[in-house]
Amino acid sequence: MGSVIAFWILAALVVGSAVGLVVRRNPIHGALFLVVNLGGVAALYLMMHAEFLAAAQVIVYAGAIAVLFVFAIMVLIPGKEETGPDPLRAQRWLAVPLGGFLALEIALVLRSTVFTTSRSPATVPGGVEAVGRLLFTDYLFPFEVTSFLLLAALIGVMALTKRKAS
Amino acid sequence: MLPLISFRAIAPGMALAATACLLLLLDLLPTRGRKDHLAVVGLAGVVLSMILSLGLWGSDERAFNGMVRLDGFALFFNLVIGFATGLVLLLSIDYLRRQGMESGEFYILVLFSAVGMTLMAGAGDLIVIFLGLEVMSLSLYVLAGWFEGRLEAGEASMKYFLLGAFASGFFLYGIALIFGATGSTNLDRIAVAVAGGAARDPLLIIGFGLLVAGFGFKISSVPFHMWTADVYQGAPTSVTALIATGSKAAAFAALLRVLLSALRTVQPDWAVLFWGLAVLSMTAGNVVALAQQNIKRMLAYSSIAHAGYILVGVVAGGALGGGGVLFYLLVYTFTTAGAFGVILLLERDGREAVAVSDLAGLATRHPVLALTFSVFLLSLVGIPPTAGFVGKFYLFGAAVRTGYVWLAVIGVVNSAIAAYYYLRLIVFMYMREPEGSPTVLVPSLPAGLALAVALWGVVQLGVLPAPFLDLAQAAVIPLLR
Amino acid sequence: MTDAVDAFVAGFIVLSAVVGVVTYVTLLERKFAARMQSRIGPYRVGPHGLLQPIADALKLLMKEDIVPRLADRVVYNLAPIVFLIPGMLIFATIPFAPGLGVADLNIGILFFLAVSAMEIVGLFMAGWGSNNKYALLSAMRAVNQIISYDLPFIFTALVPVLLAGSLRLSDIATAQAGLWFVFYPVIGQLAFAAFIITTLAAENRVPFDILEAESELVAGFRVEYSGMKFALIQLGEYAHMVGTSFLGALLFLGAWAGPGPAWLGPVWFLLKAMGVFLLVTWVRWSFVRIRVDQILAISWKLLLPLSLLLLMATALVVVLRSGPGV
Repeated sequence: MGSVIAFWILAALVVGSAVGLVVRRNPIHGALFLVVNLGGVAALYLMMHAEFLAAAQVIVYAGAIAVLFVFAIMVLIPGKEETGPDPLRAQRWLAVPLGGFLALEIALVLRSTVFTTSRSPATVPGGVEAVGRLLFTDYLFPFEVTSFLLLAALIGVMALTKRKAS
Repeated sequence: MLPLISFRAIAPGMALAATACLLLLLDLLPTRGRKDHLAVVGLAGVVLSMILSLGLWGSDERAFNGMVRLDGFALFFNLVIGFATGLVLLLSIDYLRRQGMESGEFYILVLFSAVGMTLMAGAGDLIVIFLGLEVMSLSLYVLAGWFEGRLEAGEASMKYFLLGAFASGFFLYGIALIFGATGSTNLDRIAVAVAGGAARDPLLIIGFGLLVAGFGFKISSVPFHMWTADVYQGAPTSVTALIATGSKAAAFAALLRVLLSALRTVQPDWAVLFWGLAVLSMTAGNVVALAQQNIKRMLAYSSIAHAGYILVGVVAGGALGGGGVLFYLLVYTFTTAGAFGVILLLERDGREAVAVSDLAGLATRHPVLALTFSVFLLSLVGIPPTAGFVGKFYLFGAAVRTGYVWLAVIGVVNSAIAAYYYLRLIVFMYMREPEGSPTVLVPSLPAGLALAVALWGVVQLGVLPAPFLDLAQAAVIPLLR
Repeated sequence: MTDAVDAFVAGFIVLSAVVGVVTYVTLLERKFAARMQSRIGPYRVGPHGLLQPIADALKLLMKEDIVPRLADRVVYNLAPIVFLIPGMLIFATIPFAPGLGVADLNIGILFFLAVSAMEIVGLFMAGWGSNNKYALLSAMRAVNQIISYDLPFIFTALVPVLLAGSLRLSDIATAQAGLWFVFYPVIGQLAFAAFIITTLAAENRVPFDILEAESELVAGFRVEYSGMKFALIQLGEYAHMVGTSFLGALLFLGAWAGPGPAWLGPVWFLLKAMGVFLLVTWVRWSFVRIRVDQILAISWKLLLPLSLLLLMATALVVVLRSGPGV
């Protein structure tokens, strides 16, 4: 019972902060909502006994990436952005029926899906050891490719900034 | 338990990755600003990777716990990607120096994106497809904005990056939903789950829809094509060639593998979806291309239309349709890389000659180049004896034989429409008098070599297509088992 | 239900203790600094100035609460609380003696690092919400610095984890029963030194205190705060420092190990933590501030590669000692 209440509170927090992120015009507020959102998701992981994932989520996303977002926004001086008349104003009217259609579709899918929990969360290994083992056995190849991906990103950033300096 | 670690299975990609890392080190050597040697070493790596692919021909194995597949399909695409990357490297050498934007990182990033493409071609798991997609895309985002300080370059890089990140998000969410519906990201196990009744699971359907959105972005099919024209226009022309050939081929490789191996049992369902996408892409691409005055933009819309033609083969499916797709991608790589290669050599008043009117009178000043360009354009139209004709013939033939007669008819009608804007370029080259200062050819030995290779490809595949077609069809067979 | 009550009671006790310790740590620091400079330090309030922290707290509570007119009010008002919460939460996983702690999580140290990294959010909110150029500059410097030093901090903290073979803080403590990790040949000393340096940087203390450099930025991100909110920020900052000192004592100095009966364990632990704290304070009052670019260079060019190497060396040692694992 307690966990159900906690879930609904967290779910409301996560969804609410996601809405806040989109709705707020002040980009700094939006970024702070993002921090709340990521933290809420981490708490949801914790509820599913994926402690390692939760900690990693907080360290990497809420702690580092979101703050870097805020930093980048701050450097770009919010409020001074050019907001001329929207050239695609007509598309906004198209967005309403299309969005409604999508929402209807999702609702139908949710209604017709039978959600089964084949494995209860508590028995799925979410600890450090289990994650570590998976990373170095089943997911060895993706793990290594990820390091390569990061190398590519690093070189890309270097290439962009180096030429700017010269 | 440790998975089967097989360096054999990833040898072609490893060759590219190792070359990229070698280039990183070589880039540190002082060479008074010249970076040609990096391109040459990179080219050697590409050739090595292609030789490895040929050497491994005929193997069919899985490695790393089903994450990687080494089969004819992957190897065929490795060759396509190798051709694309090699041509782009050759085209870039003098072009970059001319633009004052030469830098070692350019060649390194080209190789990185090639590694991502080979990963996608040989992936046996949705996660690996995604990682390959990201390696490829991140490199291309940077390459697209290589011409620092030019307005279109910034627009190209920004649009490509933002929309690409969006598409990646859809793709990843699709993977998550598919995992939820089938309990695995491995294509084999997804196939088992789908055959076992998960096909009617709404989660799977939505997940697959999101996956299609992600793929649709990379193959620039309508309605996920909005970025194409701006990116093609703003990116350096050699990078445009890479985006149009290599990244498109890799995305089609992954898409085809997902469709034919994981979702084969429900082909009638997805065929309907791709039927629509194919018709939309062909028609919208060709109609909008009619109005373009910029050659790069025109080729961008033409590439959207070609994504539509290739989707015709995807709809047909099976060895026939799949083989047609593979063959067409090979043809398209030579043709498009060649066409962009010609444009990249032209200059007028010290800037790149990319307007259609810049071509006026080219045939009298540079008859060989004009003839070469004409061959590529004719191949894009699909006129015999060029490769484009054979490719289209097999794509539409496969559609007819599998019962999609109307789709083939729409395709043929579209080819007729497309003929107008391709032939218009030829008319400009041969029948118009130039106004103002003349368009000049900037000679470049490596680029000439690249054009020669591309021309050879277009003629060879047009005149003697049979052995390559057999290879393409044989390459699809492992997916269908 | 009793579990929840137990956790609540334990949490309450720990929180009260932490607030008490943190309050008096300020006195400790002032006394220590005074001695270093041949002064006496606070002496008037109570015997030997022992009531000084209480007087300080009362003074702050009674001060007027000022909100700048152009401040981003919501962010400005929330910031002290957001800043304080991580400072308090880090104590949740620290075991003060075998079995004595709020929650001995199996990812204890990760929890500590994660929560401690969240401090930057509150700091940033304070800097931004104040709508003051000094505060904003300070926040930007803080983000730069904390992001840079998070990685070496985590890597050095992982050295004891590797040696102990567990992320659970109580396991790390018991693993040092034979040999405190600080005495582990070479690796231990290097890791401890790196830990102290990164701690200084993560807590923004001299010589890494560019974000509140008085000569340039007045008081940094808290320049607009007064009264209760200022007190909360100070409390959060000192709580974070004390928490990190406890972590250092736990990771390298054997936590509660020490001569005497078992009930002396928490006392030993507290003494060791205060030892780490005084070490940091000693550095603070001895060195001069260094420049922003130097701070970043030290982190990225020196500490990060070195801490990575150290981590790899540690892994090698562990494997060599215990033989290859699975």
